[in-house]
Amino acid sequence: MHRFSLRHLAVLATLLTLLAGAARPAFAQPRAGGTLTIVQGAEPASLVSGVNTSTFIGTVSTKIHEGLLDYDFDFKPRPALAESWTVAPDGKTYTFKLRRGVTWHDGKPFTSADVKFSLEEIWKKLHPRGRVTFAKVTTVDTPDASTVVIRLSDPTPMMLSAFSSYESQVLPKHVYEGKDFTTHPALNAPIGTGPFVFKEWKKGDFIRLEKNPSYWDKGKPYLDAIVIRIIPDAAARAAALEKGEVQLGVFNPVPLSDVKRLTALPTVKAETRGYEYFAPMYMMEVNLRDEHLKDKRVRQAMMHALDRKFIADNIWFGFAKPATGPIVSSSPFYTTQGVPQYPYDVAKANAILDEAGLKRGAGNMRFKVSLTFPPVQPEIPRTAEYIKQALGRVGIDVELRNIDIATFIRQVYNWEFELTQNYLYLLPDPTLGVQRLYISGNIKKGTPFANAAGYENKDVDAAFTAAQTENDQAKRKELFARAQRQIQEDLPAFNLLELSFVTLYSSKLVNHTMGADGPYGSFRDTYLQP
Amino acid sequence: MAVTLARPGVARFLARRLAQAVPTVLLIIVVNFLVLHLTPGDIVDVLAGEAGAATPEYVAMLRQRFGLDRPLAAQLGSYVWGVVNLDLGFSFRHNTTVLHLVLDRLPATLVLMGTSLGLAVALGVVFGVTAARHVNRPADGVIAVLVLLSYATPTFWIGLMLIVLFSVKLGWLPTGGMMTIGAGLSGFGRGLDVAHHLILPAASLSLFYAAIYTRLMRASMLEVAGQDYVRTARAKGISETRVLYGHALRNALLPLVTVVGVQVGSLLGGSVLVESVFGWPGLGRLAFEAVQQRDYNLLLGILLMSSLLVIAVNLVIDLLYAVLDPRIELR
Repeated sequence: MHRFSLRHLAVLATLLTLLAGAARPAFAQPRAGGTLTIVQGAEPASLVSGVNTSTFIGTVSTKIHEGLLDYDFDFKPRPALAESWTVAPDGKTYTFKLRRGVTWHDGKPFTSADVKFSLEEIWKKLHPRGRVTFAKVTTVDTPDASTVVIRLSDPTPMMLSAFSSYESQVLPKHVYEGKDFTTHPALNAPIGTGPFVFKEWKKGDFIRLEKNPSYWDKGKPYLDAIVIRIIPDAAARAAALEKGEVQLGVFNPVPLSDVKRLTALPTVKAETRGYEYFAPMYMMEVNLRDEHLKDKRVRQAMMHALDRKFIADNIWFGFAKPATGPIVSSSPFYTTQGVPQYPYDVAKANAILDEAGLKRGAGNMRFKVSLTFPPVQPEIPRTAEYIKQALGRVGIDVELRNIDIATFIRQVYNWEFELTQNYLYLLPDPTLGVQRLYISGNIKKGTPFANAAGYENKDVDAAFTAAQTENDQAKRKELFARAQRQIQEDLPAFNLLELSFVTLYSSKLVNHTMGADGPYGSFRDTYLQP
Repeated sequence: MAVTLARPGVARFLARRLAQAVPTVLLIIVVNFLVLHLTPGDIVDVLAGEAGAATPEYVAMLRQRFGLDRPLAAQLGSYVWGVVNLDLGFSFRHNTTVLHLVLDRLPATLVLMGTSLGLAVALGVVFGVTAARHVNRPADGVIAVLVLLSYATPTFWIGLMLIVLFSVKLGWLPTGGMMTIGAGLSGFGRGLDVAHHLILPAASLSLFYAAIYTRLMRASMLEVAGQDYVRTARAKGISETRVLYGHALRNALLPLVTVVGVQVGSLLGGSVLVESVFGWPGLGRLAFEAVQQRDYNLLLGILLMSSLLVIAVNLVIDLLYAVLDPRIELR
């Protein structure tokens, strides 16, 4: 009896402790009111993500517009404008039940016709990725105002990961129908269904959004307003965060060398979650048309010559880790099984290059090669400088070419390059983000972020093509595993580092990162503590 | 000091100068247009790059819509025709007309430029005259050191240090922007708010020029001080301050006015850095972004507007010569 009650007490005490610990974040009362100021380095081109998926548009647009679905940290769909949805077992019919009583910011009701219009006229026709995602859609039926049925000719398993407000924004039919979408004035003063309403855009200075008083999620949003301030200078952004004039900065708002200093302040905190959706991969693209680089052994030797752990820790300040192949480790399709690895080994690199018949000549160098990169982040030129030294050690003379992004895209994707440095988003599904870099059908001159290497491999082509319409998840996983093994064996591009981006936020700000695409969340749950 | 601008020659002078400006502006447009089109990459590359993906058909469709698929001569022809008809074209990047964008940013630039220039001239005159008055004495030495420092320090760095000191550490002034967002001020309150935001950027931008003007004023004052009419003024027995500011200064100002006229153009250029550091919504930054984004129409519009501004300022300077020194004839 005595022992029983003691144990009882102990259990009770443990339970209470656990509850007390867990209770604080879960039951804290969100505070309504206040203005959240977000800092951004550049002006967005417009405020609608329909045709331009640029980051600077996405962070603003997703507060004004909504998608059918929303995603948690594991890419699991959650209801947004669609309350519920079903996918037929054959993967060819998607049925969405829409939320009732939702209105556009101009007061007009939101219906299934808006979804049909958005899919047929914008996502499928104009969105750079939507053309691939919705390629197999044959018809969109709207049996009633709150039901949408999408029918496909072949299953497209990745489609369910593409209904977020950033990727596939639902836009008002009554505003855009019958007009040229790409130059529509509403792109600069958009009308959406989201928790915040567009109010004012002072070009070069700020964008102001205000709370949507008739938002469908009653009681939300908590914030009265969101202001996006444009500060082009990184050091000035850091100062604004330090002073508390801005409470949030996303996608590395300051150079990584500054993050430690800022987060040492009691008022500034860092978050690295919320970028799983983008899966940024730091890559070196290789032009396989080059006389030296076309030799697979040379590429493998170069990979051995790079100490990627050193780059991750010292140049990227730990906000990166060495990649093991063409797919990031957070992806459900990621594997290392049977995927060749190239550990840092200078002696081995030299041996392979000797064996390939590349003798050291003048200046102890074997051959000369150029490395082209855009300085879009301060860490990129630093990494390129490291690579020049590291490859110099094994006798490869690297000439650095630092050029702006427009020139970079023009030159690289017209194949006027030898090596590059840049990061690319691999996105939640390999069919969307990875395939484009390796399948031979995508060797298209002048097309950005295509297969610039000129890589052709029948097995890789077959695996990616089959995976596009494979409805069985396990089989799909095996197809992508095959592609990963072959690509990492051939090294048509060097997947160097998985980057993790940083969000800096004020310690008063709560619920800013709520899913895998954190900066593109609706912010309806976000609030500021006093 | 009667202003003698009402002379008969002035109207003729203005008319001739304006007529001369027309071919100058046309030449500027053509050269700018051709030079810009030499740069690799166009706005479609940038848009496609930002979008993170694009199909060849989409890229071709955009080039056709933006008129980039036409021969260069045809593009130039329609651009010049547009300018003649006061149509500066359309910015596909900003999805609005160039004229609207430029006029929207012009006031911010003029406020910043005007304040900085005024501040630089005022500081330059006061320090220059003081240095000349105490030539080779401690005050002159102190000014020389200050001048050297502000001349040698990069403008953006001064800007950042001012932010660190006055905004972050002391908390007296905002870190950037042009007004308090959402304050809903109007009239006097709004002016005061803008002035509050203007202090740091105007100070950073003017320091470099103030240094130049100080040295110039000092040399010029020393030269004038040796002339007969200054000695005559001294002989009349008036105070040294009146001699300097009342008699010597007016003639010593001429070289300064010349240099200010020449430097208005470079002040526009220098404002790019300051506008970036302080997030000031001016033309300089718009131009810089237009270069990066290959937004040729916008960039040409800004360059045109800037050249008009420089021409106008130089015209004013020429008129100012005549005011300062009535012996100069407007021809």
